[in-house]
Amino acid sequence: MNTSDAVDLFLRFAALSLLAVGGAMGTAPEMRRFLVDERHWISGVQFTDSIAIAQAAPGPNILFVTLLGWQAGGALGAFAATAGLMLPSSVVTWSAWRWKRASEDAPLVAAIRLGLSPLAIGLTASAGWVVAAGSNHDDLRMWALTLVTAVIVATTRLNMLWLIGAGALLGALGWVG
Amino acid sequence: MPTISDSSTAAGDGLEPAPASPPRPESLRELFVVFTLLALRGFGGVLPWAQRVLVEERGWLTREQFTEYLAFGQLLPGPNICNMAIMVGDRWFGWRGSLAALGGMLGMPMVVVLGLAILYGQVADDPVVRRALGGMGAVAGGMIMATGFKLAMAQRKRWRWLIFGVLAFVGVGLLHLKLLWVLAGLAPIATLMAWLALRETAGAASGKPGAPGSGRP
Repeated sequence: MNTSDAVDLFLRFAALSLLAVGGAMGTAPEMRRFLVDERHWISGVQFTDSIAIAQAAPGPNILFVTLLGWQAGGALGAFAATAGLMLPSSVVTWSAWRWKRASEDAPLVAAIRLGLSPLAIGLTASAGWVVAAGSNHDDLRMWALTLVTAVIVATTRLNMLWLIGAGALLGALGWVG
Repeated sequence: MPTISDSSTAAGDGLEPAPASPPRPESLRELFVVFTLLALRGFGGVLPWAQRVLVEERGWLTREQFTEYLAFGQLLPGPNICNMAIMVGDRWFGWRGSLAALGGMLGMPMVVVLGLAILYGQVADDPVVRRALGGMGAVAGGMIMATGFKLAMAQRKRWRWLIFGVLAFVGVGLLHLKLLWVLAGLAPIATLMAWLALRETAGAASGKPGAPGSGRP
């Protein structure tokens, strides 16, 4: 990947950045079209695996974008893709947040606080549901594991890494899944 | 189930001895380190850890504030957990804080994910690895749903408004509608209804019903 390719990648991902409302996963099909179908920089399998790896790894799932850039063009590609996707949305978020802080007493901000907080809660619950459904399918023991985890996290302050470790172990031993 | 309501106040209880000023990060370095550590623990999603660390362990935010930041972050473009880092950092240290928190959120995890990508090529088809990842997914889903439950418990006084949360869950979680459409449909209605409700309260309090913004002296 040469510099002009990297600039191209940066600009394409920067354009997608502002469309990534409610998470970047919604823009993944457009990334795939660009990287796989249009430029042939990576294969379809590499694309799918990048998402799977980022979801299994610790940290924000957005890092699948870093992996895509890495596979398309090494360190330069990783930087171009990550910076492109993060920069415009971060600047918008920071500016909007500044506006909100400056007008904390404005009726609109108070209404956003009251009206949208429940929406955020519902979307969090759906995210959990989608992740669980993706792993569990119709396996009742997997759903039991999800339920037990949810009860433990809701009612205790146990270090959640133990739960993740237990899930991996139960899966590896073939007790669930 | 008394344990549930106990746990919803446990965060505050643990920090009771603190003086009148609430806990806050002391330096950009602390901000960076805290976000690095919470991101590195975030298997299957950073959100449960952000809630655990920022609200329950550090006490930098109340549950209500956390939910509010989350709501605002979801409304704006970009990953909502990164948007939260930007807002939390700016709260105490301006744009430098935003950079420190976002850098912590992305920096080390980026190194880890690149390392895993190299490893992954060798184990991707291993059935044991596949099953282990499945078990982790089942746990991660439960963790994220429990986080939603805890945030909902903090809204108990405004429980009627949780109907919007239920609608969002049905739309995105059960019906698999596009997040963007659910937000575009529900956010304006929720904001408008909240605006009307607040105006009514303010009007009733000042004895001048129906006058927007006149509620405050």
